[in-house]
Amino acid sequence: MGRRTDEYEGMIAETVAIRGFGDDYINAYFARPTGAGPYPAMVLFHHRPGWDEFYKETTRRFAHHDYVTICPDLYGRAPAGEPDDVAAWVRGHGDVSDEQVVGDGKACLDFLRALPYTTGKVGTFGTCSGGRHALIAASRLQFDAVIDCWGGRVVMAPEDLNDAYPVAPIDLTKDLSAPLLGIFGNDDGAPSPEEVDQHEAECKRLGKDYEFHRYDGAGHGFFYYDRPAAYRAEQAVDGWTKVWDFLDRTIG
Amino acid sequence: MCTTIATTATVTGSAKGAKGWFHVDKAYLGYDHPYHAQFEHAVSIDFVNEESSTKNRLAVELSRESARELVRQLLAVMEEADAYENR
Repeated sequence: MGRRTDEYEGMIAETVAIRGFGDDYINAYFARPTGAGPYPAMVLFHHRPGWDEFYKETTRRFAHHDYVTICPDLYGRAPAGEPDDVAAWVRGHGDVSDEQVVGDGKACLDFLRALPYTTGKVGTFGTCSGGRHALIAASRLQFDAVIDCWGGRVVMAPEDLNDAYPVAPIDLTKDLSAPLLGIFGNDDGAPSPEEVDQHEAECKRLGKDYEFHRYDGAGHGFFYYDRPAAYRAEQAVDGWTKVWDFLDRTIG
Repeated sequence: MCTTIATTATVTGSAKGAKGWFHVDKAYLGYDHPYHAQFEHAVSIDFVNEESSTKNRLAVELSRESARELVRQLLAVMEEADAYENR
């Protein structure tokens, strides 16, 4: 998507506070185009490395593409610090529960739908654990589009279920409320291509509106330009094209 | 960051981080996508002070092979240390 050189363009991007799960105040990064709108909107679920620079840049990227976008700090109940230190604290304290993430997602959804410059159409996007969270949120809440980029643990063994992760996301597929775009690397181990096959088979069996794109020569996190071991430029460029096309068709 | 292979160990000692020495009382151990090491997955060890763990952390990310070698050599040192203390 390109903008004309004679077109006005502006953006507001800042930290806001919202009341998330349990009525807790958490920070969220919020970016929106400065026109009157109305614009479609997006909720971004950050990855397990935390609420970091990549996710703030990605939030602004969605706003650049005319989506009013919010990205909650899912680790906002931990002591504040640099994102990797906070993520380490969360790892050391048992991760965040699916219920808490859905609650934070609902707060974001309500926030976006209440704004005077949104269309009411809201999609969700996440990578890594955020892809898993986006899937769960779109199964438990009413979204209009969902993008899962290499979300791991969508398929889960019964022994891996616990109070924090009570249901495998694949078993929520019947409740999925929105069209699904899945983007995966064929060299990824979490999710493995076999797990992606299982997920796709379940979508097909239940007649869900979905499209999966799988990339050779790419593993986990191939959009992450700040991680040389993971980044794959060619596949990432194509993957982003799929994201914008899908959103244009579903909520744009 | 999708393996969720993680555990903790209670430890006693000190570590030197970006802001100098600090008391260490916990180690977070895991195997997942690293922040800096150039592997798809790495063994991570975070030595922290629980009361200020997001401020005081000493982090390492190791390949599985080097983590095993570290454990082997650590156990060898411990055997010598025990022998020394029990002499």
